[in-house]
Formats: sequence, structure tokens, C-alpha cells
Amino acid sequence: MRYAMVIDTLKCVGCSDCVVACQTENNVPVGYCRDWVTESVGGTYPLVDIELRSERCNHCTDSPCVRCCPTGASHIIEGGIVVVTHDECIGCGACIESCPYDARYTHPEGYVDKCTFCFHRVEKGQLPACVSVCPTKCMHFGDLDDDSSEVSQLLKKRKHKVLAPEAGTTPNVFYLI
Amino acid sequence: MKEELFVSGRNIPNIDPHLHIWHWPIPLYLFLGGLAAGILFFAAYFTIMGKEDKVPGAIKLAPMVAPIAIVIGLGALMFDLTHMLYFWRLYTTIRLESPMSWGAWVLMVMTPLSFAWVFIHLREVFPNFKWPFQWLYPIEDFLKKYKVWMAWALIPLTIVLGIYTGILLSAFNARPLWNNAILGPLFLTSGLSTGAAMNILFAKTSYERHLFGKIDLGLIIVELFFIIHMIMGYYAGPEAQKEALDLLMGGEFTVMFFVFIIGMGLVFPAILEAFELLGAKVWAAIPAILVLIGGAVLRFLMVDAGQMTRYLY
Repeated sequence: MRYAMVIDTLKCVGCSDCVVACQTENNVPVGYCRDWVTESVGGTYPLVDIELRSERCNHCTDSPCVRCCPTGASHIIEGGIVVVTHDECIGCGACIESCPYDARYTHPEGYVDKCTFCFHRVEKGQLPACVSVCPTKCMHFGDLDDDSSEVSQLLKKRKHKVLAPEAGTTPNVFYLI
Repeated sequence: MKEELFVSGRNIPNIDPHLHIWHWPIPLYLFLGGLAAGILFFAAYFTIMGKEDKVPGAIKLAPMVAPIAIVIGLGALMFDLTHMLYFWRLYTTIRLESPMSWGAWVLMVMTPLSFAWVFIHLREVFPNFKWPFQWLYPIEDFLKKYKVWMAWALIPLTIVLGIYTGILLSAFNARPLWNNAILGPLFLTSGLSTGAAMNILFAKTSYERHLFGKIDLGLIIVELFFIIHMIMGYYAGPEAQKEALDLLMGGEFTVMFFVFIIGMGLVFPAILEAFELLGAKVWAAIPAILVLIGGAVLRFLMVDAGQMTRYLY
């Protein structure tokens, strides 16, 4: 089991519904977010290229945050999901420093918090909140170890990329380009 | 280069616009940890070499700074934890992949050792001092018997502590400025150099002062060598590291780097110490204090500048 998210940058309109859905579902404190939408603009007028990406924790297979955690609070659970056990976290900030995607933050209560791929929903057979609300259906979630899954099929058929592959973290969030 | 913008809005405290998770306590701790490691390294080394009579300041006096530095440093570390009440979780597990974990364990051993070292020398430094409790005398005698053993234990421990203050940073490949292998040896050398500087301040004889002046000069030269290598490494590195180096070469940390670290913290004290070696009269405290300030500024600069650097995508 290896959960992954595949996001179609050609379909995303940057509405930020995924961000609000996550904040609501996970009770994210005001002023914080576990996912966000990036607009990346390249080229010069009139040849301008815009890419919209809904970004979050990449649930990396070689996750530096898990390696750097001194207490083992950051760990990988079934399906390759990276989570933080709140009452094992001492709030040292090592994982935040180690994340090339700046996907973690210190919760106002002191522990470090981040995207969980909504595993509380996934274990019930539901989709992560962000995926389930996307109005353009540009986000897909599934098991990469299963060849017939939607995400596996999409990655077979479409051109795709991951963010900062040179950081060597083997991310599990893919962007179709 | 593409222009990137958060269209969903994102302004998370201490993360945006650039990371600032580690504030002043971390570089303060890195400096004090390196300083304590340097002082105790020389105390242990000269004890093993049997030079107790020649360098009394370095073996008996200066080490009194070490436990104070470690305790202030640990206090700063604790203060920086945002989930402080759970700090004991550090000691329920040993994680060898995490530099912070083995640093915590090394400190667990180093802290009592540094206190013990001061404990067995306190009555030699202050001959009129008497322990308030009788049972402290046999403990003192017992520890004194094993002093050389303690010194042997301190050698690897101080080196690990000194090098760990750098590896703690270089283990984060997400911060291009930190992610170079030379940072560990550089911080170790800088820690030893600040330790030697502290020994100059506590030197009891001119022999001792000259000896540590010589040692410090050698360490400063090695340090400059490492810094040049570090910069060459950034230049030869990927774009993210070149961009990180811009902070030091023309960016906002340039003055701090060249004036306070290279100039006043390394080159100027090295010149003064060289003059002293050649026989000129130099007030030895000046280079020593400059080296200490330079060492502290180096930690503050690396921690602050490093957090501003990141991968570009």
C-alpha cells in the first residue's frame, strides 16, 4: 500500500476550495493551513505560462522530517502516510527545518502539525477532504502499489512531475503537466 | 526563474515569508556547547599529557565556565521548545539518524561530567573553601582517583559535542546554506578556538598564555581554510546553494560575515596573536575576546541566514 495524490495542473483553476475544505475538516487554527495553492508564472508577455498547483505535505518515501525527529513523533504509518504523534512531539522544530516544501508548522498548542492525507477519512474508505471537494475534479487519490488504481493509470498515461526531486525525498504527490 | 505566488493566501507564523522557526536560543546554545566542548577538550588533553603543573588555568580554572555554559545552553534549548513539557520524550528513545537525538544523549553524559570536573578542582582553586556536607569529601576523593579516566572519556565526548553543533545544521538538506559536509568540522574547530581563547583569558602564567595563543592561531588558520572550502563548495554546487551563498556575497549578511566573522573574529585576532608570538607586546585578552565574539556571530549568522535559504521549484 502506497498512497499517493495526483493533481492535474491543467485542470486546476486555483479556487482554493481544497484549502478551505482542509481547514474545516481538520480544525486547522485560524491563520494556518495544511495545504495551499501556488501560482507559478513563467515566460514573458505575450508568451506567458501559468501553472496552478495545490500543494501540501508530499508524504515522502525518504522523508527528512522522519529522519531528523529526535523522539520518533514524526513517523510513517500504513500506506506511507507521514504523521506526527502530538504527545511525543517536543516542538524542537527540526522537522520544520528539514522539510524542503515548508509543509509543516507549529500548532498554537505547541506541537508540530501538517497534512495527514486525512487518514481518519481514508481508513473509512473516504477520500481526503481536499480531493472530495475539488470542483474541477483535478485531484486524485489512491494506491500506487495497485496497478489498476486511478492514480497509477494517470501516472502511466500522462506526463508528470514532483516538486524539488533534487532534494532526494521521493515525494508521493505528483503533478500532471 | 519563475515567479511563484500563494494564490490561496498563506502567512503561517514563523514559516512565511521565510522560515524563522529557530530564534536566538539555538545559535546561543550552539556557541555555548562548542565553547564548553573546547574548554573541556583542552583540560582533558593536558591532563592526559600530564601537564597539570604547566597549564593550571586550562585544567582547573577555565573548566568552571563549561558547566555554566552547558546549563545556560540547555536552558536556551528548552526555552526554544514549543511543546516544552514533553521534553523528556528525548530520553525515551535513541534515534541514530537524528543528530538532535544523539546530541541530547551526549549532553546527558557531558553535563554531569563537566560538573564533576569542576567539583574535583574547586578546592584546589579556592584552598579556603570547605564543602558544607561531610559526605562530599569521600566523593571528591573517589572522583579524583579516576580523573585520568574522566579525561579519556571527555576527549571523544567533547569532539562529538563540538562536531554535532555543526552536523545538527548540515543534516538538513532542505536548507542549502547548511547542507555542506564542512560545517561540522568548521564548528568543531571554531568551538576549540573559542575554548583556547577562554583559556587565554584564564591563563595563570605567561607560558600558558603563549601556548594557547599559539594553539588558537593554528585553529584560526584551519578555520579560515574550512571557510574558504565551504565557499568554494557553494560556488561549485547546485543553483539552490549558489542562491544561498548570495546572502553572504553581496546579500544582507555580507557585512556580518566579512566584518564580524572573517575580519574581527578571525583575521585580526590571528594577526595580533602572530605579533605576540614574534615578541611584540599585545594585551592577550583582546584577540581572545574577539575570537569569542566572532564564534558567537558565526553561529547566529549560520542559523539566521540558513533559514532564509530553500529549494527552488
